[in-house]
Parts: sequence; structure tokens; C-alpha cells
Amino acid sequence: MNRFLMSTALACLLAVPAAAATVAEGDELADTQEYNFWLLDAIKTVDPQKNTDVEGSDVIRNLFEGLMNEDAKGAMVPGVASDYAVSDDGLTYTFTLRPEAKWSNGDPVTAGDFVYAWQRLADPATASEYAWYIELMNVVNASEVVAGDKPKEELGVKAVDDHTLEVTLTKPTPYFVKMLGHSSTFPNNQKVIEEFGDNWTQPGNIVGNGAYVLTGHNLGVDITMEKNPEYWEADNVVLTKLTGITVNDQNVGLTRYQAGELDRLQIPAGQYPRLKEEFPDEAVSLPYSCSYAYIVNLSDKGPESLKDVNVRRALALALDRDIIVDQVLQGGQRPAYNWTHWAIEGFEMPDIPMASMTQADRTAEAKKLLEEAGYTPDNPLNLTLNYNTSEDHKKIAVVAQQMWKPLGVNLTLNNMEWKVHTDRMQNQDFELARYAWCADYNEASTFVDYFRSTGKNEGKFSNAEYDQLLQDSVTSENPNDQYKRAEEILATELPLLPIYHYAKVDMIKPYVKGLPRENVMNTWYGKDMYITKH
Amino acid sequence: MFGFILRRLAVAIPTLLLLIIFSFLLMHAAPGGPFTQERALPPQVLANLEAKYGLDDPLWRKIVDYVWGIVRHFDFGPSFVYPDRTVNQIIAAGFPITLTYGLLSFILAVVVGVTLGAAAAIRQNTWLDYLAVGVSIGAQVLPNFVMAPILVLVFTLILGWLPGGGWSFQNPDYWIMPVIALGTSYMASIARITRSSMLEVLSSNHIRTAKAKGLPARKIIMRHALKPALLPVISYLGPAFVSMITGSVVIDMYFSTGGIGKSFVDSALNRDYAVMMGVTILVGALTILFSLVVDILYAWIDPKIRY
Repeated sequence: MNRFLMSTALACLLAVPAAAATVAEGDELADTQEYNFWLLDAIKTVDPQKNTDVEGSDVIRNLFEGLMNEDAKGAMVPGVASDYAVSDDGLTYTFTLRPEAKWSNGDPVTAGDFVYAWQRLADPATASEYAWYIELMNVVNASEVVAGDKPKEELGVKAVDDHTLEVTLTKPTPYFVKMLGHSSTFPNNQKVIEEFGDNWTQPGNIVGNGAYVLTGHNLGVDITMEKNPEYWEADNVVLTKLTGITVNDQNVGLTRYQAGELDRLQIPAGQYPRLKEEFPDEAVSLPYSCSYAYIVNLSDKGPESLKDVNVRRALALALDRDIIVDQVLQGGQRPAYNWTHWAIEGFEMPDIPMASMTQADRTAEAKKLLEEAGYTPDNPLNLTLNYNTSEDHKKIAVVAQQMWKPLGVNLTLNNMEWKVHTDRMQNQDFELARYAWCADYNEASTFVDYFRSTGKNEGKFSNAEYDQLLQDSVTSENPNDQYKRAEEILATELPLLPIYHYAKVDMIKPYVKGLPRENVMNTWYGKDMYITKH
Repeated sequence: MFGFILRRLAVAIPTLLLLIIFSFLLMHAAPGGPFTQERALPPQVLANLEAKYGLDDPLWRKIVDYVWGIVRHFDFGPSFVYPDRTVNQIIAAGFPITLTYGLLSFILAVVVGVTLGAAAAIRQNTWLDYLAVGVSIGAQVLPNFVMAPILVLVFTLILGWLPGGGWSFQNPDYWIMPVIALGTSYMASIARITRSSMLEVLSSNHIRTAKAKGLPARKIIMRHALKPALLPVISYLGPAFVSMITGSVVIDMYFSTGGIGKSFVDSALNRDYAVMMGVTILVGALTILFSLVVDILYAWIDPKIRY
């Protein structure tokens, strides 16, 4: 059936049952199984290939199902694919799709639906802002199709038969399967998209293969999803209705949460300690896969002073991250001395000397380094920090300014609107810039890849050894060794001043069960959840 | 009069056109574009997007195409940020909402404001006057972004009477808080303008004559004082009406109404060129229309005014 030799050993997925909601023993279910979650803003689209937002992905994961899902800890478990195999050279993935998977209109979900969706993602006519994702997956011809040099039919994905999907990659990609939880890889029903055009995502038109069907979407007000009886595992789905409610102001959101209109809400900045004390069962701080840093402009347009690694080191040393985390942010964030978020699956934190020093020692060393470089309070180093409008960014910037000042660094704060900030960064028009990176998938490469010479890398850091390590990691037995080493280089070369690793601070009603709390990606599925009597 | 209206309408067209051109130029002069993101898009993806939305055309071409689309098909283009919605759809969904709460707020503000202002003027320097002035100053200094969360706290959390936000055309419970929060400060301004203008009218000669004639106080106020006293109020109401029915970003944000007041600010921040232009044109056209209505009302109230 297949031209490739399969190493079936990798098909270890069957050991894990594809669980929907598992009601814990002793939990009594509530009569109404409805979950109301908070949205900061309007859902821009529920089109899997056009969505770019985290919140959009949360909704789409309930309306559609990809080849793989994530479990409560972030490990990949079967979704539409019941099983997969990888060829020995790591270049061909063959997925077996479960025959019982159906669209909400009753059609079977076939391999062709995935081929259609993936081609649609890469097709220049779709102009998807996430087209780069399929390039990152290293699917054969992805870049050529995105660029319009090859027809979309030449993309390295094909339906061997209705229930067998074959994907070929240009190079071995250890994180390939982890990328399949992302909504841009979810299947689509060609018939429906062609029938309704851009209106296909409207309630009534839309056909999905997820555990829920879209029944209402009022832009900026709410989005409603109801249980899909055609879903292959519908018998085990407990929640009957999910409603995303947009509340732009988090303080009003908190009032509405307390009034019982919302079951989950992100805590407004600075209120976590008070709420934790008042509602210890409801206020939670969960690791969240983003890292916050000041990026240093090392390009030709950057300041000469920052090209000196000792100056960068002094700046990094002098930031008292404990104050930033404990006094400013107050939400269970962790101080960062590296780039990759500490909770990323499999990531091994390297030994970074700076991390184990006391702040007094750090400050003393920073002072010494700056003096050696010729900067003192009388002859200060003048720098500018760009940051986009946000109370938190401003507070941290002011704190940094005050921490650096006694050492002879005059920091000018340059606040700008988000789009201007981004535009300046992308044109290397900055000295230091506030930045945060959020993982695309649960593996360290999503972070370390940023500083590859050819990566996003807005500060234009370039290090041959670093690039080589990333190159080696794709064929490595244990790529985490390379990631660890790469992080060590970042910690020495400091093209960034790491500040903190994100945490997500939420209020969650105690009767909401099955929301994952150990998955750093914060991926959740309505089908895994239930509401207990309250 | 008809000639006047026709002339005004004829001027409206070049005014709108100028508005479009200026907004278009300003919008494109702002750094960043709709597809500027934290994660810079690969050049070919950006090129595909720009080709799709016509962003790779020269500026004059974009303006011409845009205006032509509006004139020919009344088509304001696709939104850059909501990929499966057109600007027409976004405005059609959001405008009826702001129109509903804006109109109700307007009625509330006018009725309460004029009554309060007139009553204060008639009973000048009595407790009623002090109360009316106190209330209107209080309402004026309490901005709606303070009032909105307080309303939610009281009516949703403490009393549990009203939903804390959202929108439904079927259920007026959702309208109450937006109407109050939006209308209060307008009400206060109307009350203050009415009061001072009423005081001025009440001390004028024709009122003294009416009193000397022995007309009953009720008749003097309703027929001879209120009408001229409303002139400055009406010139205030024209622009106020437009800004109320096109919504407020604060109301839309705090009550999650889904109105277009928020689109105005969001589209500018997101560089959603098409939505921003659509909303600008809507507000511009309404402003022109209602300043015309105000002028016509003027002529009706004040026989001295002739066009």
C-alpha cells in the first residue's frame, strides 16, 4: 500500500485512549452543562486557515478537529488520526484517519479534506496570514506554493485513500507532530466553502468536524457553540453549550464573573494577590508559554555602545527581576535569565551563572563592567527603550530606568502605539525594544529559532555556532541538547535582556472541571470538560 | 427654503469627497499597516495579502478605486482584520445597536435636560435651582468610563437586576445601562445650556410685556420663553445627536454592545483601513445631514432667520 518502509515503532499513540470528558469519581454533574468563557475582544474569524489569534484558536478547536489533539499536559493525542507512522528517513508521515469521523452535516471526514485545507493554507489566493506556518512545518513545496511559483497541487500532502493521509517533508522535523494541534492545520469542507464563499463561517452555513457547532456569532458581543451530535465521540461529550463573551474591560469582567455571568476570566493586572486571598479556590496562576525581554539592536543601525557584550551583560545583571515579578506584575510570573519558557515540554534549563547570583553581586558586577566600558553616573550611557502602549510595559520600563540610573545609564522611555512599535522593530529603528514571544507549539525550537541569523531576529543577532546548533537539532536524537547549548550562547552573548516568563492568572469557577492546568500552551477543549453541581 | 436645502446638499458631496481624501492620506501616512504584526510576515505572504486587498496600487489609484466602489455598488470593501466580513456587514451589524441606545439616550437627555434646565431657570435661586444645577454638574464631572463600571457593580452584582453587558434587540434589559451611561453627561450639558438661555429670555422685553398683559405664567413659559430659549440648545443638539447615535467607544467597551463606536477606535489602531473609512464616511455624512436639519429647525423656531 505504501512505498515507504514504515517504522511502526513510532505509532505508540494507541496506548493513550482518546478521552473526551472523564467525569471524576464522586463528582455530581450539574443539570445545565454550559460553560461561559471570557474573551477580551471580538473573534475575528472562525476560519481555521485565516485565524491568527489565540482566542480564535480556542474557538476553532471546538468547532473543528485536526489530526492530533493535546492532552491536559500538552502531549499530543489522537484526533481525527487514530494512528500515524514515520518513514525511517523522517521525511514521510502517514496518518490513518478514523472512519467514524464526520462533519456536522453527516459527511465523512476524509484525507481529501485535509489535503484541501492544507493547500488552501498555502495558496496565495487565500492570502492566509498563517501561510508561514506550513513553511515552518517543512512540507514539501510549501514555500514555492506560498510564493506562487508552483501550483498548490504540488504541496507535499496527498490522500492515499479516503482514510490515509501522506505528508512529505523537505527535512526531518522533530516537532512536526506537535504542530498539528494548531488550528491552521485543521480540515475543511470544500463543498461548503465553495458554496458560500466568504460567508461560509456564518452560523447556519458553517460545517465543522469538532465537538461543537457554531450557532451564533455577534461580533464583539458573544459567540455560541452547541454540541455537535455528529461528532464521532459525541457520546462522551458532556458540556452541551459553550459561550464566549466579549468583555473589553477586565474590571467589568471581574464584576460579571462575580455575578455569575462568566465561568472563567483573566484577572486584571495587579489584582491577583488580593483575589488569591479572597478566593483561594478560584484565583489561579498557570505557566503560559510566552517570554518577555528587551531586544538589543545589534544591527548596523543599532548604537555602538550596545555592541560591547560587557555593556549588554551589565544591563542584564542590573535588572532586579524579583522586584519586577513580585512587586510590579504580582501574578506568579517567574524571573527569566534565558529565552525559552521554563515550562516548555522537554526543555532542560541550562546552568546560567547570572541566575544563581544574588542581586547585590549582580549589581556590583554590573557597576564594574560599566566602569570598565567607561560609563559612570558622571559620564552616563544614553539609551532609548521603545515599548508599546500598556500599563505593565510602562511600569517595567520605569523600574528598569530606575535600576540602571545609579550605574550610569540614562534610559529614555519611548512609548508608541503597537503598530508603530512593530514597524520600527522590523526596520531595526530602535536601540532597546520591549518584546515578547509566544510559543507556536510546545517545543523549545519555537523560541530559540527566533535568534537564528535568518529567523525573525529583529535585533539582527548572528552567531555561527548558534545557527549550526539549530541546524543540527533537526536530525538530532535529542534536540533538547542543542536547544540547551543554544540557550547558553544566548545567555553569554545577550542579544536580549530576558526579564520574565509569563503566567496566566485567571479566575476559574470551582465547578468547572477538566480545564487543563499543566499545559503551558493553555489549550483547552470543551469536549474534555464538565460542570459539577453547585 | 428648497433652494437652500438643495444648495446645502450640493456642497455636501465635495465636502464628503474631501473628507475621504484627507482621511485616506492621513491613514496611509501612519506607520505600520493592517498586516504589520509582532511576527513579521514572510515577504511573499505579505505580497499575496497586499495584492488581494489592492494595497500594492499607487495611492491615487487606491482612492479612485475606493470612491468608485462606493459610488457604483455602495461597496465599502472587505475588512482587513475580519477576513470573512465586509465593511457593509460590520456597519450593518453595529450601527443599529448604537442607533438604538444612542437614540434612546438622546431622548432621555433632551427630555430630562430641558425640563431640569427650564425648571431651574423659572425657580432661580430656590432649592429646585440648586438641586438642578447640582445634579447637572455632578453628571457632567462623572465621566462615563467611571459611571459604566459603577452601574455594572450596582445593577448586576449587588442588585442582580440587569445583565452586566451584551446586547439583544428583543430584551430591553440590555439597553438600560448603556442609555443611562451615555446620556448622563449630554443631559447635564443640555440642562446647563437650557437654564442659562432661559434666564436670558425670561429677563427680555417681550416676556415683560407678556407679563404686563396679564398672560398666565404657564402660557408665557410654554409659548413665549421656551421656544427662543431652545435656539442654543438646538445648535448643541445637532452634533450631539450624531455622536450619540454613532456610539461611544466607552459604552461599547464597558457594556460589550458590539456597536460601531468601538470600531472607530479599533479600526484606527488595527489599521483596518476599510472599516475606518466606512465609519468615518458614515459619521461625516450624518454630521452634514444633521447640521442641515439644525439649520432648518432654526428657521422654524426663529422667524427672523431666512435662507
